[in-house]
Amino acid sequence: MKDWLLQLQKVSKIFGGIHALSEVSCTVPRGEIVGIIGPNGAGKTTLFNVITGAYLADSGNVLLDDQFVTNWAPYRIVRSGIARTFQNIRLFPSMTVWEHLLVAQQHSGSIFRRLLPTAWADPAACERAEEVLDFFDLTAVRDREARSLPYGIQRRVEMARAVTMKPKLLLLDEPVAGMNQEEAENIRQLMLRLRETGLAILLIEHDMNFVMNLCSYLYVLDFGILIAEGSPTEVRNNPVVLDAYLGQDADA
Amino acid sequence: MLLQQLVNGLTLGAVYTLLALSFSLVMGILGILNLAIAELFMIGGYIGFAAIGANLPLPVALVAGMIGGALISAVIEKLGYEPLRDAPVVTPMLSTLGFSIILQNVAINLWGSDPLQLPDQYLGGQLQFGWFTIGKMQLTVLVATVLLVAIVAFIVQKTSTGRALRAVAENREVARLLGVSANRLVLFAFMLSGSLAGAAGVLISLHYAAITPYVGVEVGLKAIAVMVVGGSTRIWGALVAGPLIGLAEVMTVAYGGSQIRDFVVYGLMILILLLRPQGLLGGAQIDRGQRV
Amino acid sequence: MSTYYAGLFADAGILLLGALSVYIILATGQLSLGNAGFMGIGAYITSYLTVMVGIPLTPALIIAAIISGIIGVIVGFPALRLKGIYLAIATLGFAEMVRSFLLNFDTMGGSGGFHGMKHVTVGYIWIWSGGILLLVMILERSRIWLEMRAVHDDETAAGLVGLNTVAIKIGAFGFGSAIAAIAGGLFAHHHVYIEPGNFGFERSVDFVLAVILGGSTAAPGALVGSILLVFLPEMLRSLADWRMAGFGALLVIVLLVRRQGILDRALLRRLTFSKAAS
Repeated sequence: MKDWLLQLQKVSKIFGGIHALSEVSCTVPRGEIVGIIGPNGAGKTTLFNVITGAYLADSGNVLLDDQFVTNWAPYRIVRSGIARTFQNIRLFPSMTVWEHLLVAQQHSGSIFRRLLPTAWADPAACERAEEVLDFFDLTAVRDREARSLPYGIQRRVEMARAVTMKPKLLLLDEPVAGMNQEEAENIRQLMLRLRETGLAILLIEHDMNFVMNLCSYLYVLDFGILIAEGSPTEVRNNPVVLDAYLGQDADA
Repeated sequence: MLLQQLVNGLTLGAVYTLLALSFSLVMGILGILNLAIAELFMIGGYIGFAAIGANLPLPVALVAGMIGGALISAVIEKLGYEPLRDAPVVTPMLSTLGFSIILQNVAINLWGSDPLQLPDQYLGGQLQFGWFTIGKMQLTVLVATVLLVAIVAFIVQKTSTGRALRAVAENREVARLLGVSANRLVLFAFMLSGSLAGAAGVLISLHYAAITPYVGVEVGLKAIAVMVVGGSTRIWGALVAGPLIGLAEVMTVAYGGSQIRDFVVYGLMILILLLRPQGLLGGAQIDRGQRV
Repeated sequence: MSTYYAGLFADAGILLLGALSVYIILATGQLSLGNAGFMGIGAYITSYLTVMVGIPLTPALIIAAIISGIIGVIVGFPALRLKGIYLAIATLGFAEMVRSFLLNFDTMGGSGGFHGMKHVTVGYIWIWSGGILLLVMILERSRIWLEMRAVHDDETAAGLVGLNTVAIKIGAFGFGSAIAAIAGGLFAHHHVYIEPGNFGFERSVDFVLAVILGGSTAAPGALVGSILLVFLPEMLRSLADWRMAGFGALLVIVLLVRRQGILDRALLRRLTFSKAAS
């Protein structure tokens, strides 16, 4: 029996009569990278939104570390250990990179410590932020406002912000969308290094080739239904998956 | 005197209706609150006064107030709204607040801060309809309101411009994508709204037989409450909410305390905002938006 | 200092507190057009305590601030359901309700106003104004302020990075209301006479003007705005009648060309660095 970190049990989400997700069950083991792939509109982002409490699930359960977190308020879910990034980056435009890394950390200690200047009252938070800044190679843009940064760096800042929260599980929504080969490879390396730190990653990706050498296990969603799962090689050779993707390509 | 109170309430309600319609034309269609409408209303009143003072007939005074309101509203749209169209919705509201400060100050400097009174000959004149009498001025206010509402209804419901306006109101994004010529349409909505505010101003000065530079804050702001009670995203809610609030107010003054009426009106507004944001009569829930 | 200028400085100090009360709420992205209501609550509670109960001003101000803060939190809860313009409308309505209530509150004079307070000096006012400005500036370097700015920038994302947006927004409302109440208490004891009309829409607009003109992204902006609003008309005496029109025009211009106001974080940083260097 594997050591499951995240378990989804028959999660369904209905929007105006349309099943965006129908009874999706999947699991993420501790310390591994798992991918969710599928054509556009398959319900991948909806799944993330249900996990993080942004949408309320209509039925089914979400368990983190054997604890039910289904339909909790988003901030409670984050504090229980799930951090995420967004398909269309959502940074705080007027805040600097440094401020992003401070604000996202779980605050420990009293309310007074939150009210006092951080640099003075919470050196541990600053240290952590410094560490993450270094890990993501963002030191050069430390004091730049998020809105002034190029797209590729914004993606890294968003990942860094998620990581400063010290999550058990990181949800990445198309982290390399719109990136060139080199930038994408850069992000791939980052993810591998994050896995080495013991972090589990659940990754949404549209491009099947990107996830092949990265994920230990893949789930394939199509029209809100889990149509296949297995190791990357198994999935790649699954005719059902090829159909879903070919249908998509024919449309495109 | 219940009947007399009813007539008073309806007259006041008629002015509220016009003014709330003016607010909701901009709010319902563009989603922004034009705070300057309260002061356009006040300016409209002064223009009407000036026209009456120059011995022009009432309809001319009314039209003059409307033209004045429409023109100033056009200036506000060009300078204060159009450049800020892509800013967060609160920003254009603040710029219209700037214009309302300017307009009030200009009125104080031009006409003084003391109330101006209508000449006595305008106050008198009662019409007898069998068992009940109505002041000539009150009748004028009611008739003018019905006419103006009919005209606006015709424009919004029957003309192509009106259809385009409603399309924008339904869905601003889609309307933009469909290439509805936004600039001219927005300008038109502002001018239509401004002319209604101007007309309401002329009518309130007839109703009170007096005007002050502060009537915008006193009455104009309350029209925001009327708009909210009627449903801020639908234009026609004002037709019900206006008379309703006018009557409620006059009744509170007659049978309660005159000072408590604002408490009642704004309290009702806040309740509606919290409990029925779609307005008293609104059908569907307004879209609260998803969390992501 | 002549009494005339002392009066102006006192007005500026009180306006600064009002502006800060708007600034704090605005830092979470909520615009309040009703802070004059909280100012009125503070003015009446403080005056009641000093005149009718007979306790000294300083504890009276603190009590008024706490009560007003609690009212702010209570008002803030339903206000959470409203955003942007609807919130502004609701706060405006709340202030009008307070004014209407005070007009009918005969214990404290109703529409006739209330007097009997002891006059306070401009120095005492500025101990409060300066102290609270300093407090807010220190707060701006704290974690809670970052959380407030995160809510301001993107409330959804703030929730999804683990911030309790509800508590943050309500806390800001309560804090802002408390400061507005102190402004009210000081106003009452400076002018030694209050009436409900002192706390109408125009007063709320003054606060918003001071913040938007002075700078809405840094606390000293409120100071710049307050000084500007009180002293600029004095420099242009010949144009004094037109000062409000001038400020209205200035507001529009600032929104068009420099939306963050005269003083912003970047300018503030440059100013403080150059001072450190010299």
